[in-house]
Amino acid sequence: MEKELFIPSDQLGFDPAVLRNDFPILTQEVNQRPLIYLDNAATSQKPKQVIDAISQYYKTYNANVHRGVHFLSQEASAAFEDVRVKVKNFINAQSEQEIIYTSGTTASINLIAKSFAQTFLKEGDEILISEMEHHSNIVPWQMICEQFNTRLKVIPILDSGELNMEKFKESIHEKTKLISICYVSNSLGTVNAAEKIIDLAHQNNIPVLLDGAQAVCHQRIDVQQLDVDFFAFSGHKMMAGTGIGVLYGKKKWLSEMKPIEGGGEMIKNVSFTETTYNDLPFKFEAGTPNIEGVISLGAAIDYWNSINRSAVEQYEDYLLNYMRNQLSSIDGVRLIGTASKVSGVASFIVEGVNHLDLGMYLDTFGIAVRTGHHCTEPVMDRFNIPGTLRASILFYNTKEEIDQFISATKQGIKLLR
Amino acid sequence: MKSVAEIDREIVEDFELFDQWPDRYHYIIELGQKLDPMPPEYKVDQNKVKGCQSSVWIFPERKGERLFFHCDSDSVFVKGEIALLMKLLQNRTPDEILNAPIHFIEEIGLQKHIAPTRANGLVAIIKQVKYYALALSAKND
Repeated sequence: MEKELFIPSDQLGFDPAVLRNDFPILTQEVNQRPLIYLDNAATSQKPKQVIDAISQYYKTYNANVHRGVHFLSQEASAAFEDVRVKVKNFINAQSEQEIIYTSGTTASINLIAKSFAQTFLKEGDEILISEMEHHSNIVPWQMICEQFNTRLKVIPILDSGELNMEKFKESIHEKTKLISICYVSNSLGTVNAAEKIIDLAHQNNIPVLLDGAQAVCHQRIDVQQLDVDFFAFSGHKMMAGTGIGVLYGKKKWLSEMKPIEGGGEMIKNVSFTETTYNDLPFKFEAGTPNIEGVISLGAAIDYWNSINRSAVEQYEDYLLNYMRNQLSSIDGVRLIGTASKVSGVASFIVEGVNHLDLGMYLDTFGIAVRTGHHCTEPVMDRFNIPGTLRASILFYNTKEEIDQFISATKQGIKLLR
Repeated sequence: MKSVAEIDREIVEDFELFDQWPDRYHYIIELGQKLDPMPPEYKVDQNKVKGCQSSVWIFPERKGERLFFHCDSDSVFVKGEIALLMKLLQNRTPDEILNAPIHFIEEIGLQKHIAPTRANGLVAIIKQVKYYALALSAKND
């Protein structure tokens, strides 16, 4: 039965071992064992193409962007804006004016929360989120609610880790002004029915923000097809550097929304009597941006475009399914998050074994997994557990690695129970 | 009875026998598994140590001028850390506990290998033990 779960290598459509060669970090040893990196939901590793692009930028065209007439500045500015077009195409936005560079998903959500509140919210309005959100899609809204006297409503989840759609429908009413929800849950793996959620929201004229942090690296995103109003994601989870992220927003919203940070680059004219703001997307990008991060994001997108994504997605589905099946067949293991559609992660606990002890045990085998609440404390409270072990994959992981992880997990349980 | 400093030194020497972190991990797990069980009546919320990511219980029993600690945790690794700590501090006078030099944690590389939240937990355990010693020494005064 185990074998049937896995695709024969000649039917994969790509060779994970070949792609894996692009990732220098994966060849190293940890604790005298070959590194097995299963913490991809925290951050992905970087291919040499991305690392080289960052190095090339500093070696040959480092300059500030949008400011100079000199050669280097023009070269840097052109590269910086070229990436915006790449991002636009990557998620199929209508215009590059809808692509705002941020420092990551967290910054993107904070930007929307503050700007949306300042522009549109009034006392008594409601923001709708779900019980499975990452803290970064909870706390910014709590802060807004405190400041603007608005209310935060939470859609509960089911035992499977799926969104309770009935409660979701019931929660929507005329006071609901924005729905902010994750596309893929980082601690449960649940893939939310984004199109259905957006459709229901739009029937009630409510815009939707999707936290796409865990989605972009496992599936192709088409914001127009989704018809989503805002989409936030981080570069580092999709093979770019850290400290760079994107906020996509429909132009009709962004053009109305007020900037939340003032400074250079975001203005048209400044005087002490009146300051006018720059056009989109620049009005939301005050100060010198993370140019190196943007360059890395461009190189990461080039990399994604160079691989057979449908084959890769299929491979990841099988790999994840294999890992989840193997885990749940171990005596005492309980998967947390058993939605019908899951992506990227296997979150689990072991009866009678402390999850931190087991995480440390796996580390002695050079196996990197995440332990803890994964910045989703309400999810842990919902399941009445202190935390989980989370193994998360990307296309460069192999079946052999999963087998070693499973074998080490079994040994660890035997030792620690 | 050896001094706290001597035992602290001995722990460091014991760990020098293991070159690699995995061997040290296994040794700590082994110590954790051998830690004397805590009487269930002491394993109550009021004896829980605050600030630990794992559940840790400590109950001090007074034996004359000395303190005897009953300890437990839901983490075998943390029990191992407690076992090491108790090599130093078990059955000591409050003065010895309060003035105990504890160098082994740093020297055996624990800080490097445990998550910062776990390191904070270990600090919380030491604090709690010293707090009990302080309370007893105040009583004695």
